[in-house]
Amino acid sequence: MIDTQSGSKSDFAVETRGLGKSFGGFDAVRDVNLKVRRGSVHALIGPNGAGKTTCFNLLTKTLIPTTGRILLHGKDISSLRTSDVAQLGLVRSFQISATFLHLTCLENVRVALQAKNGGGYRFWRSLRAISGLNARAMELLERVGLADVADVRATELSYGKKRALEIATTLALDPSVMLLDEPTAGMGHEDIEPVTELIREAAVGRTVLIVEHNLSVVSSLCERITVLNHGEVLNEGSYAEVSSNADVVSAYMGGGEDD
Amino acid sequence: MTRIPAILLIVVLVILAPFFVYPVLLMTILVFVLFASSFNLLLGYAGLLCFGHAMFFGTSAYITGQFLKVTGSTLEFGLLAGVLVAAAMGLAVGVIAVRRSGIQFAMITFAIAQFVYFFLLQAEFTGGEDGMQQIPRSALFGVIDVSDHRAFYFVVLGATVLALALIYRIIHSPYGEILRAIRDNEERVESLGFRPERFKLVAMTLSAGIAGLAGGLKATVFQFATLTDVSWTVSGEVIFMTLLGGLGTLAGPAVGAGIVIFMNDELAQFGEWSLIAQGIILLLVILFFRRGVVGEIIAVLHKRRAGRSEGLTKGD
Ligand SMILES: Nc1ncnc2c1ncn2[C@@H]1O[C@H](COP(=O)(O)OP(=O)(O)OP(=O)(O)O)[C@@H](O)[C@H]1O
Ligand SMILES: [Mg+2]
Repeated sequence: MIDTQSGSKSDFAVETRGLGKSFGGFDAVRDVNLKVRRGSVHALIGPNGAGKTTCFNLLTKTLIPTTGRILLHGKDISSLRTSDVAQLGLVRSFQISATFLHLTCLENVRVALQAKNGGGYRFWRSLRAISGLNARAMELLERVGLADVADVRATELSYGKKRALEIATTLALDPSVMLLDEPTAGMGHEDIEPVTELIREAAVGRTVLIVEHNLSVVSSLCERITVLNHGEVLNEGSYAEVSSNADVVSAYMGGGEDD
Repeated sequence: MTRIPAILLIVVLVILAPFFVYPVLLMTILVFVLFASSFNLLLGYAGLLCFGHAMFFGTSAYITGQFLKVTGSTLEFGLLAGVLVAAAMGLAVGVIAVRRSGIQFAMITFAIAQFVYFFLLQAEFTGGEDGMQQIPRSALFGVIDVSDHRAFYFVVLGATVLALALIYRIIHSPYGEILRAIRDNEERVESLGFRPERFKLVAMTLSAGIAGLAGGLKATVFQFATLTDVSWTVSGEVIFMTLLGGLGTLAGPAVGAGIVIFMNDELAQFGEWSLIAQGIILLLVILFFRRGVVGEIIAVLHKRRAGRSEGLTKGD
């Protein structure tokens, strides 16, 4: 419906200018100028409470920015609503796993496919009307290793598999920009490796902005890293640059949450 | 496998019932089966707790009654008028309330329902405290005479079955899939590019319309409409029926409505005691049978099936 790849005026898939959000006088995000290069995997890191999730909420318009502008492929999306931003190709995952627990894996993915195909209001049609989407849904489940549990409800999946299902659901929209909020949080060792690989594969041909605490995941996936602290950009660069920066080291050591 | 005989048994029972049980009692049960099912469509499948559902039911009862009295038209047009007004009301209430969720949504719908109650109390055509009397039960399509209770039972039965089939279709439609997704995680649905409030608005309209059909049928069964039909006690009763039977299951509200109406009828001679009995039952359901009658039965069946397949793998 909407060509998500167009608007190639800008080299940056996502750009913010002076982005800020305050909650009753408290600046959770302040004057953030983020530039995410098209086709790159970009990390947003920082201590707890640094404002990373708030940034995501601003980018997807879940929260209304107090200041600043947001550009998606050079187009100003500051005044759009969440669903429109998604339709334009910017899709997020959530810090807390967000699957539809009482729907099967297949249905979970199919919901997203319905969004992409502009469906949704046909309450008088039987599910056969969307059975054409099943093949594509199975393909996506296959890709994340969930094909054998297609008919199982999401609530019965392990945590790692729920995250994989979320990625499949997000991929169903074929977004040009994916925002992933701590995709490996709360996972055991055995799950982190496959999910990292999954993200690497999914990132091909897209732009990915990822919030992640696991630094080995960050270093293996991301070309560029922006460090937030107290709502402001502290540093930006490659993993080597950022990890050797004294301010960054002290922010992590000192802990961002004690004031 | 066991499904087909079970359905056949129900069909036979439902057809023979009016020859053994007083048809008006049966029709009352059907009306509330329909009403509770419409409520369940909202709470069970869209996650919206409407605490004023009687406003759609009762208003439609008055509208259907008034339409039949004034125009002298055939039955189906009276019912249609009630359904349309109720659906429009559902849409209007939805526009106001649908952006809120949880307890706020419940409180707003409750407030609007109270407003509707006082409006209907004051309005002249409703007959105020006395209610609306002598609603004609005119012939269906102008040809089928339904003045006999038993004949009318089959009309009410047909309407109920059709409306339940519609609810089944709504739940198992492309739209229903997204509605259930919204119930599970509204924020996620929005982040995928949908506008959840619009889906809820459609659900409100459909649910109110079906509640309206129940109200219109009620008015033509009893041939009167009263303020009780729009009162908060009826709003509360429909919640009770749905929870008792089992939320979010298709059969749950139907079973719940059947039990409550039957019980009310049996306990009517004991006056207040029937209310106390309802209270105790509600308490027991909340404490021990969260899933309701149908929900618990389904859970037991699931467990047994899971146990059997586990036994099989162990045997291997
Ligand atoms: N809706 C809100 N109302 C008030 N304060 C908020 C709100 N959302 C976030 N905050 C505050 O803004 C700050 C940034 O929160 P945010 O969730 O963005 O941090 P984060 O970087 O994602 O942290 P974490 O690593 O723990 O997920 C925190 O101090 C938080 O308490
Ligand atoms: Mg966060």
